[in-house]
Amino acid sequence: MATRQTSTLARFMMAPSVILLFIWMIVPLAMTLWFSFQNYNLLNPGNVSFAGLFNYKFFYTDPAFFQSIWNTLVLVVGVLLITVIGGIALALLLDQPMFGQGIVRILVISPFFVMPPVAALVWKNMIMHPGYGVFADIAKFFGAQPVDWFAQYPLFSIIIIVAWQWLPFATLILLTALQSLDGEQKEAAEMDGAGFVSRFIYLTVPHISRAVTVVILIQTIFLLGVYAEILVTTNGGPGYASTNLPFLIYRTALLGYDVGGASAGGIIAVILANIVAFFLMRAVGKNLDK
Amino acid sequence: MARAVSTRRKIGFTVAAWVVAMLIFFPILYTIITSFKSETEAIAGFSLIPSGTLESYAEVQAQSNYFKFFLNSVIIAVGSTILALVVAVPAAWSMAFSPTKRTKDILMWMLSTKMMPAVAVLVPIYLIFRDTHLLDTRIGLTVMLMLINLPIVVWMLYTYFREIPGEILEAARMDGATLWGEIVYVLTPMAVPGIASTMLLNIILAWNEAFWTIRLTTTNAAPLTAFIASFSSPQGLFWAKLSAASTLAIAPILIMGWFSQRQLVRGLTFGAVK
Repeated sequence: MATRQTSTLARFMMAPSVILLFIWMIVPLAMTLWFSFQNYNLLNPGNVSFAGLFNYKFFYTDPAFFQSIWNTLVLVVGVLLITVIGGIALALLLDQPMFGQGIVRILVISPFFVMPPVAALVWKNMIMHPGYGVFADIAKFFGAQPVDWFAQYPLFSIIIIVAWQWLPFATLILLTALQSLDGEQKEAAEMDGAGFVSRFIYLTVPHISRAVTVVILIQTIFLLGVYAEILVTTNGGPGYASTNLPFLIYRTALLGYDVGGASAGGIIAVILANIVAFFLMRAVGKNLDK
Repeated sequence: MARAVSTRRKIGFTVAAWVVAMLIFFPILYTIITSFKSETEAIAGFSLIPSGTLESYAEVQAQSNYFKFFLNSVIIAVGSTILALVVAVPAAWSMAFSPTKRTKDILMWMLSTKMMPAVAVLVPIYLIFRDTHLLDTRIGLTVMLMLINLPIVVWMLYTYFREIPGEILEAARMDGATLWGEIVYVLTPMAVPGIASTMLLNIILAWNEAFWTIRLTTTNAAPLTAFIASFSSPQGLFWAKLSAASTLAIAPILIMGWFSQRQLVRGLTFGAVK
């Protein structure tokens, strides 16, 4: 069907998107790569020189670097565990017959639409505050000592907040996958005497496994970049206890004015994200063939 | 074969689901309740019944000119979405209706640009913005968010357009429709729902974007994300005000989100889960 005329037209229609995205991808990335080999401090912009691998060495030998990598991993894995396990449980529950299912769905999905600074501040001040938060109120009610969450368990507190934001996403996607499960298959299994557990293992799990993969991969992409939640709660502290890689790069770049160091960190972040992206693209690409 | 569900079981599930849903929704609910309290009430211990005062709302507007930030959010979110649609509709259209061997590769490549961590290009973008005087301008931020969301927009439109049957086009051509007629009378009516849901999802994503909007603005172009983040500096207790500002910041998107939850799945999974 595609004549020469229409294919020229098609190319013409695609050009703006492709060109824009190409520039958007290549220019900043090339600049980051270039800067990462330079001595470049914004406080001393006249004195830029070639640094070789110094910035990478500097980043690599900074004790904060390994802690931030570790924190990044703990944050990603912690949130994934909570949201995937919680999401499966919630999706199974919401898939059951009940009254007011539509409203329940709306309530459950809501946290996903709350902008990150609001989510973080609400949790910080109204839920987890050691003096006036709801958790403190509950502790006081039982006569216990309220916990100062952000001082004692900074990273864990951030994991809780981020998990609260992403649990709805996982639930919604897994619920969509569950609902596409053939009802007759379920009934047949039930009539053959399969209990809840064996139905779950042999029918539900294989059916939703791809949705779970997609949830894990997409969340990982976003979770590797968690930023606002840290900025407004702990600001990375105490010390570097809740600093992840993006936050460390931000600190180096805009608080330390160290363009070279931050760029080296940026390149490391790109490499990390690429490892995840590789698997995501394969999962999505498979779907395109169908 | 319809299976009769025992009412008792249904009530059990209903109770369980509502309890869990209320727990998840609680922080939002409590924020809304607190926004109708006075500052002294807000820190006076746990209470679900506010006095119903509107003073926090009035103060937020009076002290910080709240609606300036609100307006910035609207302009940036809607502006970037419209820009993205203008660029993406033709691209998605041609990929869906006259695919070539490379269409799939181009789509995958577009998706891959989304994988680039924002923080990795913070330095160059910041320097480019500084040197072109785009820092703290609405136009700069609008273009930025357009580029960030462009891959998702192209993808979402593509999955919608692909579902429009090609036979309709052929039938229209047989009846002598011109390309222009095809687009206006046949395709547009079928494409509008897809474009509308793409638009909705993209406005939500742009509204809540909280990295570039905070880092590239100071005062003039600062949207609600930056405004709320500025509450993090400890200047005493102002939770009723924080709650009022938060409620106003999330309310429009919450409502839009409720309407678009089904499209959300498709959009955010790049069509991998429908």
